[in-house]
Formats: sequence, C-alpha cells, structure tokens
Amino acid sequence: MKPLLIRACTLTNAFGQGNDASLAGLRAGHSALRPIDLEEATPPTWIGRVEGVEHVRMPAGLSGYACRNNQLALLALEQDGFMGAVHDAKTRHAPERIGLFLGTSTSGIAATEQAYARHAGDPVLPGGSHEHAKTHNMFATGAFVRERLGLKGPAHVISTACSSSAKAFAAAHRHIQAGLCDAAIVGGVDSLCLTTLYGFNALELLAREPCRPWDRERNGISIGEGAGFALLEPAENGDDGLCLLGYGESSDAYHMSTPHPEGLWAARAMLDALRRAGLAPADLDYLNLHATGTRANDQSEDRAVQSVFAGQVACSGTKGGTGHTLGAAGITEALFACMAIEHGFIPGMPHLEHPDPELATRVVRTSRDQRVMRAMSNSLGFGGSNCSLIFGRGGL
Amino acid sequence: MKAHVAGIGLFAPGLESWATGRASLMHRQDYVAAPLTIAAPAICPPNERRRMTSAIRIALQSALQAVASSGLEASAIPTVFASSEGDLDVIHHLCTALTLPGHPVSPTHFHNSVHNAPAGYWHLGQQSHACSTSLSAGDASVAAGLIEALTMLTIEQCPVLLVAYDAPTPARLHARCPIDAPFGMALLLAPATNAMEAPLIAVRPPVVAASGSSMAHPALEALRQGNPAARSLPLLRALALDQRLSVTLPYLDDAFLPIDIEPCC
Repeated sequence: MKPLLIRACTLTNAFGQGNDASLAGLRAGHSALRPIDLEEATPPTWIGRVEGVEHVRMPAGLSGYACRNNQLALLALEQDGFMGAVHDAKTRHAPERIGLFLGTSTSGIAATEQAYARHAGDPVLPGGSHEHAKTHNMFATGAFVRERLGLKGPAHVISTACSSSAKAFAAAHRHIQAGLCDAAIVGGVDSLCLTTLYGFNALELLAREPCRPWDRERNGISIGEGAGFALLEPAENGDDGLCLLGYGESSDAYHMSTPHPEGLWAARAMLDALRRAGLAPADLDYLNLHATGTRANDQSEDRAVQSVFAGQVACSGTKGGTGHTLGAAGITEALFACMAIEHGFIPGMPHLEHPDPELATRVVRTSRDQRVMRAMSNSLGFGGSNCSLIFGRGGL
Repeated sequence: MKAHVAGIGLFAPGLESWATGRASLMHRQDYVAAPLTIAAPAICPPNERRRMTSAIRIALQSALQAVASSGLEASAIPTVFASSEGDLDVIHHLCTALTLPGHPVSPTHFHNSVHNAPAGYWHLGQQSHACSTSLSAGDASVAAGLIEALTMLTIEQCPVLLVAYDAPTPARLHARCPIDAPFGMALLLAPATNAMEAPLIAVRPPVVAASGSSMAHPALEALRQGNPAARSLPLLRALALDQRLSVTLPYLDDAFLPIDIEPCC
C-alpha cells in the first residue's frame, strides 16, 4: 500500500501529558500505575490515571461536550503543537478534505453513570443534567474534536473494543485511497469509568495488583486512560518521516470475550499487515505486543507471534507502564512503536518479574537502546477484533 | 464510489423483511407500524443465542436477510456495523447495577455492551474471519457506514456487508436520547465490475443543503425521523421502486450524502 506519513502526533496517558512524558516513561521502564483513587466506590485494583483531567475546562461555546472523555481529548489535543499542525494542514487542504477517524470503547458513558447515581430513585432521568448526544453517544468525542479543530471532512468513531483506535489508521487509509480526503486525523480517547472497572471485575479479568503482562503470575489487566492523535498525509517521494506502512484486520469468530487459544486470526492480521507493507517478518525490528496481562490473552498472542515471527523480532508490551487504555490502546501503542523507531530503543516491561515459561515469545524486560527501522503494533480486542499496524520510515 | 446492491435486509415495525416490506415502501400497500417480534436469529450456538439482546437481534436479522437474498457465502465477506447508540438497553442495566449495593454488574451485560457485540456474534455465527468494523457517526451513522463499506469494497474489490441498526431507548433514558422504534437494515454490496443482475448505487461527495430526502407517508416519515438507522428509508424506497432515482441521506453537520440508484436491468 501507499505509505501514509505521520505529519504530527501527540499522546497523553498515565505517563503524563505530551509525547515527551511517554518517551521518558518508556525509556526509564517506569510504571505510572497507582492504587485506584477515584472518588466513587470502586473494585480494589490499580489504574493508569491521567492527572488533572477533571480540571480541564471546555472552550467557550463547547460546554455542552463537558465530560471526562472529552476533557481528556482536549487535554491531549493541546500538547505537542498538535492543534498548530492541524491549522497548518488546513492551509494545505480544504477542511472538507481532512477526515477524522477516532476510536473509543465507552465514549463518555461516565456522564450517564453519574446521572443514574444522582437520580437513583427516579424512574425517568430528568432533563438538563447532561447532553447525551455530546457526551455519551458513541460519536460524541468525534463530534467534539471535529468542532474543536474546525474540520468538515468525512468522520466516524470506531468502537471495536481494544482494537478501536488501531483500526482508525485503516479507515484513514481507505478514505484517502478512495479519494474521499487528502489528509486524516486519527486517534483514540478512552477515559476511566465505573462501567469498565466493574465490567472487567465481573469477568474476573481485573488484576488486584499492577498488571504484569507475560509474567507467570499474571492475573488480569490494570485499566488506564489515554488519548492520542496523529495527522496522516500520503507520503511523497523523498519523505523520510515515520509512516504507516501496513495494516491488517481480522475477526476471531471464536468467543465474545475470550481470544482464540492458538491466536490463529491474530496471526492473520499480522500477516495481512506484512502483505500490505510488502515486508517479510524478518524486516521488522520491534513488535509492541497487545500483552494485556490476562492469562488467556497473553497465551493466545504468544502463539500467534510464534507462528508469524518464530522468535525473530524483539517484543515487549507496555501496559505495565500505562495500564490498558482500551479504545485508546491502538493509537497509544502505535505511537510507542513510532517512538522506538525514532529514538532507537526497545521499551521494557515494568512489573514483569518471572517471564512465563509457557510463553515461547521472549520479551525485552528492561528498556534498551537498539536500532529500530520498522515496528509493528498489535491490538486484539473483545468480540475477536484484531488489528496490526506496521510503521517505518517512508524513504526506506 | 459505485457498487451493486446484491442483497437487502430490512427489520422494523410493519417492515419485518425486505420481501414483505418493499410493497409498503413503494406505497403498493398501506404502511402500518405493526409491532415487531424480535426473535434471536438461528445463528450461533443456543448459549450465545440466549445472550443476544434486542439490538443484537435487530442487527443480525437484517444481516441474515441481505446475505440470504444475495446467494453469496457470508463467511468470506467483510462487515461494517453502523449504529448511533449501540445498545442503550444494556447500558441502562449496567448503569443501574452500578448504583446498587455491591455493584452487581452482569458479565454478560458487560460483554454485550461493546459496540462491536453484534459484529462479534455475526462473525461467530458465520465462522467468518474477515475484517469487521463497528462505527458511529451519530445521526449520520448510516451514511458514514455506507461510505466506509464502499471504501473497503473499492480498495479490496470484494463484497462488503453493511448493517445499520438502532434499538429503542429504554424509558429511563428516553428523554435524553429519544429512539422510539427498532430499525435494522442491511445492504450486501458487491463490486460494480462484477456482472450481476442487481441495482447499482453510486455515492457522490456530500453536499450542504437545507433539507434532504424524506418519506411521503407520514408514518414512514415518523419512523425515519425516530431512529438513526431509519434515515436509510429513502434509499430503501428507491431500491424498492427499482428506478433511476437520486436520494440523499443525512451526513455530518448540514451536509447530505447524494446517492444515485440505477435499476437492475
């Protein structure tokens, strides 16, 4: 496929606001997880919380969008000069020709949770306590970001659980390739809410202690929140910036909340990404694993990675640092993979103490410098939705 | 972007299938919004079928019709599921449980609450490992889903199944998000280059306009306005008439998506 240049990007997550915070956290092998400290009663667990989200003020005229998910989106948009880069893009392309494709799993559901709590005895929620279409609706964050950035092009929000914002890259590629837009902003936003905390708790997939993907003692996920955005344009000859080189998508068709035990279809997504990029497994230097820390997920992904790479690529998973940012995991870890290329290192795996001998894929435990020319990021979600992305320099 | 419409599904009050509903859309018989029985379709093992919510059933009933009438094999076909809200009934149960002592959230409700739950059940039921996307663009969800499906079809040159659905809002949330009637529709789209006895649709770039296509029949117009997925009704009516027609579907902001329909033969 024709590579898409990442003209600008930004990340905000538990490591902090902006790319530098993520880069420093990854290089240091730091974990930003902490014991849960939300105001509401919650299950005992650790979370990857972004400081100060609740204090973000909505811009004038956009106050109806106020909710944690949109506050987090705004906080992220304001880092790394991203808004300026979008402004510049609007001088090159008409706003009608810039697409917007975002991923989220739960949008602003916390607004509805809070309304239910406030009006616990009422058979019908009274009007006025929140604007559903601008907060909880699955497109709400798309509508907010579109309005904040002044975009007029094609847009939708993808919600395929943990693969959502990885699939946003594929949607952007399709829309640009089909001639519907000249550039696209992709990203993902997912914020802490009781639904996911108690939901994963009910499925017995929530770790009581910091998650430890790939560890023999691993026992579940730590939920994090995060947001990230990237501005994509078709790469021109001579561009040597970081590019999306390939993507692959597949469906497990196995079970709603358990991955295929052999990772057959996750492997298919990786192979499809390689095919689109015109690359062989040996051409990759780093694989950012989905590595959530549940027993079944890591085992399934291990089998899939073995079948494609047979141990020939440096692998690590980064959720011990940030927590699992769910619908934002795709963009977060895609941009982590890009940082590995740009800064020449392999991120380590905080909280990993005893690598599981039953997992054949050897992982990098401590961050180390290493030249990375091309990297893959895996996102494998609930409902069996798999997406793999490949990044590298366009000129190579 | 162009495609054949190789199969159509329709599942709404008084429009229980494309086969029976198209006469009402063509005004050959009066439209009556008769109550809809929302049964779980006969795909997936009984355990999974029991867990299907109304929203999932609406989506899958529509999808099944479109595939069956196309004669194509579902297991290789990528899918796009478009829904403005997803499953607010399940969200209502989750948010209620979160206010009760002990927060008794049901694991089944939680896994059904993901926007891609209908897609998950569909691919499971069809044993399809093809790519699938589940999306929302609010009231523009049908148009956005159609665009996404057509980009996939154009680039991969393969059939793509579009399913659009929204379920009625539970009473507690209704004032916040009024969706009155269930509505599901599905289009099995096939590359225009395939020789096929099926109507063609061509999508043009969105245009800003004061208004778009509507339904002349008051009850059908009420249905169209009362459910984001039912915004597709003017397109379905044009396909039912099987004539050279142009319609628009609401897109984002004040824009509309123009669609030209070319009859089958």
